[in-house]
Amino acid sequence: MARRALAAHLALTYGFLYGPILVLMVLSFNRAGLPTVWTGFSLEWYVTLADSPAILAAALNTIIVAVVSTVIATTLGTLLALGVERRRQSNAVDALLFAPMIIPDIVLAIALLSFFTLLEVTLGLHSIILSHVVFNIAFVCAVVRTRLKHFDYAIIEASIDLGADRFTTFRRVTLPVIFPGVLAGALLAFTLSFDEFIIAFFTAGAGASSTTLPMRIYSMIRFGVTPEINAMATIIMLISFTLVFFSQRLNRATVSD
Amino acid sequence: MNSQRRSLVLALPGLGWLTVFMIVPCLIVFFFSFFERGVYGGIEYNFGFDNFLRAAEPIYLSIFLGSARIAALATLIAVIIAYPAAYAISLAPKDRQNTYLFLVMLPFWSNYLIRTYAWIVLLNREGLINKALGGAGIITEPLPILYNDFAVITGLVYNYLPFVILAIYASLQRLNPELREASTDLGAPAWVTFLRVTLPLTLPGVAAGAVFVFVLSIGNFITPDLLGGGRIQMVGNLIYDQFLSARDWPFGAALSLILIFIMMLLLFTQAVFVNRAQQARAAPDG
Amino acid sequence: MAAGAVISLQGVTKRFGGLTAVDGVSVDLVEGEFFALLGPSGCGKTTLLRMVAGFEEPDEGAIHLDGRDMARLGANRRPINLMFQSYALFPHMDVRRNISYGLEMERLAKGEIARRVDEILEQTQLSALAHRKPAQLSGGQRQRVALARALIKRPRVLLLDEPLGALDKKLREQMQLELKRLQHEFGITFVVVTHDQEEALVLADRIALMNGGRIVQLDAPRALYEEPRTRFAAQFIGLTNLFEGRAVAGGIEIAGLGPLQAACDLQAGSACALSVRPERIVLARDRMAEGYNAVSGEITDIAYLGQSENLRVAVDGYETPLSVCVAPDGQADARTDARTGAQRHRVGETVWCHWRPAHGRILTD
Repeated sequence: MARRALAAHLALTYGFLYGPILVLMVLSFNRAGLPTVWTGFSLEWYVTLADSPAILAAALNTIIVAVVSTVIATTLGTLLALGVERRRQSNAVDALLFAPMIIPDIVLAIALLSFFTLLEVTLGLHSIILSHVVFNIAFVCAVVRTRLKHFDYAIIEASIDLGADRFTTFRRVTLPVIFPGVLAGALLAFTLSFDEFIIAFFTAGAGASSTTLPMRIYSMIRFGVTPEINAMATIIMLISFTLVFFSQRLNRATVSD
Repeated sequence: MNSQRRSLVLALPGLGWLTVFMIVPCLIVFFFSFFERGVYGGIEYNFGFDNFLRAAEPIYLSIFLGSARIAALATLIAVIIAYPAAYAISLAPKDRQNTYLFLVMLPFWSNYLIRTYAWIVLLNREGLINKALGGAGIITEPLPILYNDFAVITGLVYNYLPFVILAIYASLQRLNPELREASTDLGAPAWVTFLRVTLPLTLPGVAAGAVFVFVLSIGNFITPDLLGGGRIQMVGNLIYDQFLSARDWPFGAALSLILIFIMMLLLFTQAVFVNRAQQARAAPDG
Repeated sequence: MAAGAVISLQGVTKRFGGLTAVDGVSVDLVEGEFFALLGPSGCGKTTLLRMVAGFEEPDEGAIHLDGRDMARLGANRRPINLMFQSYALFPHMDVRRNISYGLEMERLAKGEIARRVDEILEQTQLSALAHRKPAQLSGGQRQRVALARALIKRPRVLLLDEPLGALDKKLREQMQLELKRLQHEFGITFVVVTHDQEEALVLADRIALMNGGRIVQLDAPRALYEEPRTRFAAQFIGLTNLFEGRAVAGGIEIAGLGPLQAACDLQAGSACALSVRPERIVLARDRMAEGYNAVSGEITDIAYLGQSENLRVAVDGYETPLSVCVAPDGQADARTDARTGAQRHRVGETVWCHWRPAHGRILTD
């Protein structure tokens, strides 16, 4: 009895979580573009998107920001995880690594804006990248540290004992073992940066040349409900879901082996 | 080079980045908060506590309290939905639990703006919910369910529910199943076991999830902005306005500091709470 | 169902997917006895225990308590209690609250509960620890709390799942005595599940040896050790030497060793094995007089254990070396008078291994 009620509750919860997303996805194929009346299947909103130079430019900007900030954050975050895990546990360092994950984005956004303004840094894609690396380092580091919790440090000593130097040991032993975690962290970082709005909004500067996709979406939403948003939402959701799916699979392999 | 030095070298670039692009900017905000707004939006370096005093004025205090109220309601509702959902997942066959959990978390990692936008589509006057209710003859006039507290709370619950489920599930998972069996064995019916064993021992998970939702809700900007339609002012929007419209950076900085202070207070309380709970169960097998 | 049976299992079977964990087990537990379910991990003993406690339902068969069918009676309503392997003490309650929990479930009056809790705290020497949380207790103290928590309910049967597994060797020996004392004092039927044969031998009045979901032998400890009925029983309980061969009149014919005497009523030529315990073997330089089976070999290993010495003897004509256990330094062995004045054994030494025909057992399964 109770079990059945719980299962029903869980089903409703999934309905609550996925219903709104599914509605958007279905509407993106609605010819009329109206949210409520189904007037037939159509791909025209996707075509409209593909024809919009502003949206394509924003998409390109987003990809540049996401890729560059992911590469930097994955490198620094992995090294950081390796360094931190072998040191005595420090509450200060743990707090520093936890802060970017929990600090309200609006606060980090205005802090970075103040910082760049004070130093008279010209704003643009580069300042978005510098800012995105902040929270991405924290997430990559967290994922890699989880991986390192199961890491048998004796294999490093074994490699050195067998005659390998530090660098060879890292390349041939450490990195291959933690690689699933590193990749999972990178995918996560890419997704986060790809979707991030507020910090990008504050650190992008005034020019349209550094508008990212989420910034574009925000202004479209403020403008009103339009069918193109549904199409774009569907594409972005599918990209995110795919990335997160692979990230999770890697992560699971990471924990279970 | 000894191993402590070597690990410091590995950690240094990352820690350095966080210091330059997080700690230093936050310190700047800290200093800004003690100065005055210039005539054209710049900063006048006259030291004082005026910004904090101003934040305590009724108009701003009520925004803080209003934000706290909305965040608290969202937290409460999220926990009420999340606990039975997490419990249901923990009862599922072991090999399926990870999949169920993944399905819970999946929306959480997708675009926040889009997830919030979906509710505009559902809740507006011409939206699916009003059309459906109207079509079924339950209502004659569209319900005003968008651009109010209800919409903002719904959006917050929707966006942060997955994390609460995850946190509660994790604490249910850590619970030794033999404890529940022991309670049954000693004669307790299922609901007594739940109230006296399961619930008290999973409260740290509930607390972790609740603090997370509350903290992210009270400092939220997008949800009140989009689903509140500018009518619902929360701390996040207030800070946004100070920086982008009112151009009173020092006051915005002071508001940010207060927000961070509230957040740290909550996290600290929760950490103490969890620590106590962990000490109580430090037994290797208890 | 035998008269005086507290619990009676009839053809109890439990399957998990395609795996039969418990396979048609029938057994009666006698009032007030200390019963042990012994077997290797995966033999079904824990599943059987959990079915008696009410946490699993049998797919077939029935469990009766005092003649009453227990099917459909939840674990919380059976007058049977379980001491969990992990002890499962409630970490958020102190010792006193843990112990009173079960009585609160019976809705007894507050005074009555307090009185009985005080009493059992006294009996288990826990009075001084009443307000400690489980995390503040040692392993042995936790075990006593778990025991008190179950015993205070005055169950008809107390089930104990690997009760001493988590304790170190010294403490284990102490707690074995404690368990026996409490069982005697309370007069409750105890059923202990264990994979540790020594624990079963020390604690139990009767032992059910389980393998592959079935009870393969049910006997008193001494009988189980001295008269194993299967190769599995002989090898699981203690150490033994097994010689594979074929039955002949009055013994067994082993290829390479020739005939050995033993009580054997099998048809000549049928396959069987001879089991001889290491401590039943007597070593001597020369072959002793009639009345013994004897094989010769060379000592290849000596392990000194303080109170005894384990030797390995490579037997001429037989592949598997023989295990022999003797008192150290060749001191006189009380069981035999054959080796007075013998000296210490050395690796490489050639010896004769002797045992009386009565000390060998012929096994078919």
